[in-house]
Amino acid sequence: MGIRFILMVNKQGQTRLAQYYEWLTLEERRALEGEIVRKCLARNEQQCSFVEHRNYKIVYRRYASLFFLVGVDNDENELAILEFIHLLVETMDRHFGNVCELDIMFHLEKAHFMLEEMVMNGCIVETSKANILTPEMVMNGCIVETSNANILTPVQLLEKTS
Amino acid sequence: MIRAIRACKTAAEERAVVRKECAAIRASINEDDQDYRHRNLAKLMFIQMLGYPTHFGQMECLKLIASAGFPEKRIGYLGLMLLLDERQEVLIDLNHSNQYIVGLALCALGNICSAEMARDLAPVVERLLQFRDPNIRKKKNLQHTIIQGKNAKAALCSIRIIKKVPDLAENFINCAASLLKEKHHGVLITGVQLCADLCKVSSEALECFRKKCTEGLVRTLRDIVNSPYSPEYDISGITDPYLHIRLLKLLRILGQGDADASDRMTDILAQVATKTESNKNAGNAILYECVETIMSIEDDGGLRVLAINILGKFLSNRDNNIRYVALNMLMRATTLDAQAVQRHRATILDCVKDSDASIRKRALELLYLLVNENNVKPLIKELIEYLEVSDQEFKGDLTAKICSLVEKFSSEKIWYIDQMLKVLSEAGNFVKDEVWHALIVVISNASDLHGYTVRALYRAFLTSTEQETLVRVAVWCIGEYGDMLVNNVGMLDIEDPITVTECHAVDAVEVAIKRHTSDLTTKAMALIALLKISSRFPSYSERIKGIIVQNKGNLVLELQQRSIEFNRILQKHQNIRSALVERMPVLDEATFSGRMAGSFPTAISTSSGAPSNLPNGIAKPATAPIPDLLDLSSDDVPAPSSSGGDFLQDLLGVDLSPTPAPSGADKPPKASTDVLLDLLSIGTSLPVQTGSSASDILSSSQDDKAPFANFNGLASLSSLSANATSPANAAPMMDLLDGHGPGPQKPEENGQAYPSLVAYESSSLRVMFNFSKQPGSPQTTLIQATFTNLSSNVYNDFLFQAAVPKFLQLHLDPATSNTLPASGDGSITQNLKVTNSQHGKKSLVMRVRIAYKTNNKDVLEERQINNFPQNL
Repeated sequence: MGIRFILMVNKQGQTRLAQYYEWLTLEERRALEGEIVRKCLARNEQQCSFVEHRNYKIVYRRYASLFFLVGVDNDENELAILEFIHLLVETMDRHFGNVCELDIMFHLEKAHFMLEEMVMNGCIVETSKANILTPEMVMNGCIVETSNANILTPVQLLEKTS
Repeated sequence: MIRAIRACKTAAEERAVVRKECAAIRASINEDDQDYRHRNLAKLMFIQMLGYPTHFGQMECLKLIASAGFPEKRIGYLGLMLLLDERQEVLIDLNHSNQYIVGLALCALGNICSAEMARDLAPVVERLLQFRDPNIRKKKNLQHTIIQGKNAKAALCSIRIIKKVPDLAENFINCAASLLKEKHHGVLITGVQLCADLCKVSSEALECFRKKCTEGLVRTLRDIVNSPYSPEYDISGITDPYLHIRLLKLLRILGQGDADASDRMTDILAQVATKTESNKNAGNAILYECVETIMSIEDDGGLRVLAINILGKFLSNRDNNIRYVALNMLMRATTLDAQAVQRHRATILDCVKDSDASIRKRALELLYLLVNENNVKPLIKELIEYLEVSDQEFKGDLTAKICSLVEKFSSEKIWYIDQMLKVLSEAGNFVKDEVWHALIVVISNASDLHGYTVRALYRAFLTSTEQETLVRVAVWCIGEYGDMLVNNVGMLDIEDPITVTECHAVDAVEVAIKRHTSDLTTKAMALIALLKISSRFPSYSERIKGIIVQNKGNLVLELQQRSIEFNRILQKHQNIRSALVERMPVLDEATFSGRMAGSFPTAISTSSGAPSNLPNGIAKPATAPIPDLLDLSSDDVPAPSSSGGDFLQDLLGVDLSPTPAPSGADKPPKASTDVLLDLLSIGTSLPVQTGSSASDILSSSQDDKAPFANFNGLASLSSLSANATSPANAAPMMDLLDGHGPGPQKPEENGQAYPSLVAYESSSLRVMFNFSKQPGSPQTTLIQATFTNLSSNVYNDFLFQAAVPKFLQLHLDPATSNTLPASGDGSITQNLKVTNSQHGKKSLVMRVRIAYKTNNKDVLEERQINNFPQNL
């Protein structure tokens, strides 16, 4: 298992999204988040984006006011995780259109759905943006769902309506 | 709600809002409101993320899952994953006709399933893994990808299952292998991951994949590397770097420890290593993974050179992240191929000077591994130069590493001393105690360099007085070798001549003692140095006395006491002074290093100056219940000068034999304990009360001697030598002083709160008990029994037995020997531990039996001991 948890934290250190791939109690989570956030937010731009904390390696990246922190095992490829964070942000960007902190706050469940498509049980599953966002479109009703699981593509949907 | 929470300024406000919301959600749950259910759950998720308990929402999740609509199910599952945990049993519908829903269920299962669930659901997952409905596939491309997405999820789900229940692994081997032939990236990546995990849990799977799949994997990797642009998976010009990395990882697992498999993958690895673009992060990630794979597989070395060159390129990259991983990787590579890494030494050295703390730390660690006999000198030179300009936080690390390197490769003493002096004068405040202790040991051993060292130290001291440890070492050396400083003894060719008068030397020490920033240890060392140079330079005796007297009123008990003692020595005991302050005997390197290795932490805690700095002649304590004290004393007993040996023995005898006891014995000896503890605690803070009571005794015995005559007995017992000045005691005091080598005498009876007891005495045998308590356990008394043979025959098969009543618990350690030499020519000691469950109510009582053989005759002596001191 590579990824242990994914956190999104704003500049003030408030958690905006948390997804763990191993079971921790609420208290453990709070403590862990506090420690990590304090450690990462104190670092400046010039320093590298990897921090070792307890038995995790934290790979973090900052986008405007939001920090994306990914806790991984020690033998994980840090550069790949860095790239993954970027992919996550790009995906959210595509969905929300210039994603910001508020988008994630008010559409927490959507952010979770996307994350869920991309990572499962700590492993990266899907890296194609289109594939990640398809279920989301289903949810939003862009794609009509029928009871016998016949699903139409957006193109067909357009054809139908026209 | 989120807006409300965001508006909260304080944590208390936030808590209030959350509480209100929770109440509202609970009410809504109770009303069983269909419409708001998923809204509630979304709120709950947010609340949980903020770190508040949300147990009451768990049932809601299940209700949502059970409902029909896709959005409801979806949020239900999400809630399920976030709010629930492994401990709860959940029912999931994996057999639903809608592929999306199956995907959801699998995802949830993959994230939270427990061992029991894994066992139950494994067959279903396995079926789903193979499931591929041809009709659906034909129908629509989109749906196809969804099914494959589901396959991928099933694969990950199986990963979880095999992790939880490793014995199910074999069921999955075949389908995993077939997944590797898949075209779809999502399926492939998870398939690869599944294989990797299978390999980890079962060696059988590893073998199987090695045989069957290595070729296939290599082919897949080649396809991806050469694949044309595909927009879906493209990341900065490289097709799906994640898949690259996963594939390389699996290859690593397969290649590790298997030359054949490694051989088959060398080509593709070389191809990846050379073809991948390194100007983008994604490309670098792949290169990094590739290097790691090359490092771990069995290879002849050609590829390894390539790999290390890639790392070298990484090192010179401007991106910190890349340099960081390169350093990390090189660290691992040093064990494999130190020579190749050596070539990048210069670059690594540059990284030590980087502005990023993490990089510096890594680089320093790596450099530390790279240093060997050949390159140590230039490297240390570089590092010390850098030490001058590095920032404060980094100095600590850097000095520690330099010191340990210098120590490790100290082929020549003069080089060692030189380097250490440089470090001390640059960053003395960061040098650890044990390092400068070691330095002093080395200095004292290098007899031909004494003069050189003390002059160099003096020079360094003049320029940088702010470095605590430098001051300490300098003061110690001036104290010991002050005469060499002045007379330019042992001048080396490389040295600049320097004229130091006696006055200068005294000045230097005076500066040290008067500095505000000097801590207790430094001041104490300076005091001792003063005492020492007072005898080296008799003409400055009066001035030194003046300096010492200034400290008589020092608030720190230790300094006060010492200055009073030294003052006495200067005033009253001129005749013994020179013997007293003789040069320290050469410190034993072997003992020192042995102790460094062995009881390192205790040594530090014992006393700040333990190994060498404070020349207390610490006599071997008769009872040493606390191991570190034992350690301290055994190391620090200075080889006593000429006549000292016997007296040391005598002192021991004093502790053991009954003679000196009377005055001490019938006093409740609390005060003396305190004084003793004081002696022990050099530089450690004392409880206020203890300190004051002890100093009372000190000052009173100093000022008015008569009324405290009864204390003199005590004082003599505990050998507060210089203070006890009553005429009656003058003679034995002198003896004590004479008896010892350098330094003021402090025979320490560690923590011995109770007078010794002659437990048994007959015409042929004497048994002495010494008592001590361990701090913190008043019920337990440690007794050291000492047996002395008073007859003229040797006792063989000596056996001591003891019995106690029920309220006591007795533990006997083995005796030191079972042969007791004749006529008091030696003794046996044996430790006893007694725990008194009625502590404070009943005192100790013990029946002893002693059996031994003398002249081939068995002798048995028995006696009950009732005269233990009270309150043991």
